[in-house]
Amino acid sequence: MRYVNQAVPKLDAQALVTGQAVYTDDIAPDDCLIVKVLRSPHAHALIRDVQLSRAKAVPGIEAVFTYKDCPDKRFTLAGQTYPEPSPYDRLILDQRVRFVGDPVAIVAGQTEEAVQKALKLIKVQYEVLEPVLDFHKAKDNPVLIHPEENWESLAPVGADNQRNLCAHEECYEGNVEQVLAECAYVVDETYHTKANQQAMMETFRAYSYKDAYGRLNIVSATQVPFHVRRIMATALNIPKSRVRVIKPRIGGGFGAKQTAVMEMYPAFVTWMTGKPAKMVFTREESMIASSPRHEMEVRVRIGADEDGRIRAMDVYTLSNTGAYGEHGPTTVGLSGHKSIPLYGKTDAFRFVYDVVYTNVMSAGAYRGYGATQGIFAVESAVTELAEKMGVDPVVLREKNLVKEGQVMPAYYGETAQSCALDRCLERAKEMIGWEEKYPARDMGNGKVRGIGVGMAMQGSGIAACDTASVALKVNDDGFYSLMIGATDMGTGCDTVLAQMAAECLECGIDEIVVHGVDTDVSPYDCGSYASSTTYVTGMAVVKTCETLREKLLERGAAYLGCDPEDAEFDGEKVTNLKNGESISRAEIGNRVMCNNGDALSASEAFSSPVSPPPFMVGIAEVEVDKLTGAVELIDYAAVVDCGTPINPNLARVQTEGGIAQGIGMALYEDIVYNDKGKNYSNSFMQYKIPSRLDVGTIRVDFESSYEPTGPFGAKSIGEIVINTPAPAIANAVSNAVGVRIRELPITAEKVYWGMQEKK
Amino acid sequence: MEIQFRLNGKQVTKEVAADAILLNVLRDLGCTSVKCGCETTNCGLCTVWVDEKPRLSCSILAASMAGHSVTTLEGVQEEAAEFGRFLAEEGAEQCGFCAPGFIMSVLAMVRELDNPTLEEMKEYLAGNLCRCTGYMGQLRAIRKYMKAKQLPICNNIEEDGNAYVKKEGGPV
Repeated sequence: MRYVNQAVPKLDAQALVTGQAVYTDDIAPDDCLIVKVLRSPHAHALIRDVQLSRAKAVPGIEAVFTYKDCPDKRFTLAGQTYPEPSPYDRLILDQRVRFVGDPVAIVAGQTEEAVQKALKLIKVQYEVLEPVLDFHKAKDNPVLIHPEENWESLAPVGADNQRNLCAHEECYEGNVEQVLAECAYVVDETYHTKANQQAMMETFRAYSYKDAYGRLNIVSATQVPFHVRRIMATALNIPKSRVRVIKPRIGGGFGAKQTAVMEMYPAFVTWMTGKPAKMVFTREESMIASSPRHEMEVRVRIGADEDGRIRAMDVYTLSNTGAYGEHGPTTVGLSGHKSIPLYGKTDAFRFVYDVVYTNVMSAGAYRGYGATQGIFAVESAVTELAEKMGVDPVVLREKNLVKEGQVMPAYYGETAQSCALDRCLERAKEMIGWEEKYPARDMGNGKVRGIGVGMAMQGSGIAACDTASVALKVNDDGFYSLMIGATDMGTGCDTVLAQMAAECLECGIDEIVVHGVDTDVSPYDCGSYASSTTYVTGMAVVKTCETLREKLLERGAAYLGCDPEDAEFDGEKVTNLKNGESISRAEIGNRVMCNNGDALSASEAFSSPVSPPPFMVGIAEVEVDKLTGAVELIDYAAVVDCGTPINPNLARVQTEGGIAQGIGMALYEDIVYNDKGKNYSNSFMQYKIPSRLDVGTIRVDFESSYEPTGPFGAKSIGEIVINTPAPAIANAVSNAVGVRIRELPITAEKVYWGMQEKK
Repeated sequence: MEIQFRLNGKQVTKEVAADAILLNVLRDLGCTSVKCGCETTNCGLCTVWVDEKPRLSCSILAASMAGHSVTTLEGVQEEAAEFGRFLAEEGAEQCGFCAPGFIMSVLAMVRELDNPTLEEMKEYLAGNLCRCTGYMGQLRAIRKYMKAKQLPICNNIEEDGNAYVKKEGGPV
């Protein structure tokens, strides 16, 4: 193929590597009011009084707002398709503050200095309430985090604000208790994953202004422009037609920007004052008042018979959504639905979960979206099962892993129409040298190297929900405009979608101009999340190209004076097959601009009834210091089945980047609160993300299957890649020094104490 | 106060507050390639050259630049584009937000380090964080760039698939 499966450099590369002004804060007008918020010092309190007079008197202060100025109509900031599963539990500003950092007042002024000064002069009287900080004790706690009467859950997710419950569900197939009782080997353990920050390099930011029609324009670093439009209209209680959202280049998202974390503050200022306004989160704000991964505790019961067939899996997840319910009801589902189906021979499964409110910052969407947490638990438990049985954990997996053509009962009954998980495992074993290195090698210098394996799956978009449309038009000289609503956040989807279009249209990629995203102009797309863009928006591109090719053929035939049945379009020209006459695409493009009543453009939408999982295997080699317990990552071999990689380079870098993030999650990253609910992990000093000295060597290969429902056989790549490091590293540490760490991150301290206990 | 310094080869005069940070002053002067990623000197996004040496512009008072020479990515566009092509060939520029600071460090590194080992290169660049790439693609780009420019690299590095690893037993 000419463009698909080719390592095409990103179309925006030149601008990015020469530091052009293409990001939100680079293009914001100079006259924007600077917007900041005053944040609560208490984890749970009611605002009794706010004194603003001194703050308002600071020269250069334009406006100060409190909850009394904001609409009393609740909404969610989760960027999800309406009606959102996340409960409507927020106001722009509320009288009740629910975590340390929850906004109390919005201040807008001409300079940063004036705003900072005004923030210090606001006097707030709080009635301090008892916070709920232990998520084990949140459900049915007498302290309610959302007692308000206008709290609302729009979808049947089992939410109940009178029980601090954001969601609850139970599902099963077969009798899991009975099958477990019949099993020769059973493991029953509980695993704990912590809240993690996406820590994209560009913090949250947006600016807003009113246009010539008095409409609210918001330029935002967001993954979900159309959802932001809807959420802002709801939050401000104005018609959706009054809001326009534009996405420029984004400095990374990883799911963080699938929540409209802060657009409402500048938007509210602009709406109230009529003036342009800008808010740029500091790194500290991005660490204490953002949308991190849901902390989860996952109990796994897993049973196998004498021959090593895994017969039953029972998963219970307790998820901590924090002060608000963004993505609470949905992330948790993946902890079971995208971990249990990795094993294809079970007779029974059960999956039950509770999602609870607590008085810490709201969690949100983070790459992997619950699957990461569930897979850490299940892949650790399967390895513990192998240890109990005294078999090689790779052999146990080879016996039980899901194969192409199998129905996956725990994955909504979908069939694995494309699955190369078995080949991924084979190849990863070969890359790391499993036979020689398993389980561990004493290096003779006080250090032991161990290896460990983890498997993973994800989805490709949300089945029967995610909707993408694209529009394509023919311009002068026949160049194409490809209008997309999917959001390139650095991943390269503008390029990947253009590659598919160039392949379908048989033209050069430089003949396609990609435009995204402006909600006034772009066709609807739910946005880039849930690993949807390549698969869902990609199929919309394929469909649109087919329609436009038909139209080009018809138009060319009309200009040639022949029947379309007798003509052919080869990408460059339409040819009358009867007499050999032809008309070029360039000429067609020019001619439709004169005396023409039928636009030469096409727009199609796509939504998939299934969400084909990509699969992956990661094997980590770690070196553990027997004296200190310090763990160093030496080598990481990973093999991915993402169907056809549309752009192998971009797929590879996605994988390497996801693995590095996963290594951070496994070894360092942890959002730590004190006993009053104050967040200690408020900077890159306190919250360490991996540097290039911390990730060892990451090696990636692909074992491709062909997904029949995807564009050119493609599935997704964006999220699955973060799922294997945590279990692979935990399993490697266990093999190295016999210490099983069930609570992330795997710090030297935990390993050290584990070794002491064994002595 | 009013200060004078050289910015990307041109003399500039600028009124700055005593507590103004160089990073903000450079952005005010139109050098928007300079990004802020952390405020705590951890991320390397704001790396510029002061008198040809890479420095974090978030931790320098603008007033102290009087009489000095400051270079941002805007001042080395040709070199940035040249190295940037290698980065893009790997798909390793990704979101691009860390690229300006990273490229300033890379260009300084190839000037400063002679015949570097893999470890020396990683250590030199350790202060430049990237959350997208996992660093491997950046390293591939650097290697290919240095090869193309015929810059010597210590031969203790070997290629293993798409990753570079230290040769067993080679000098550190």
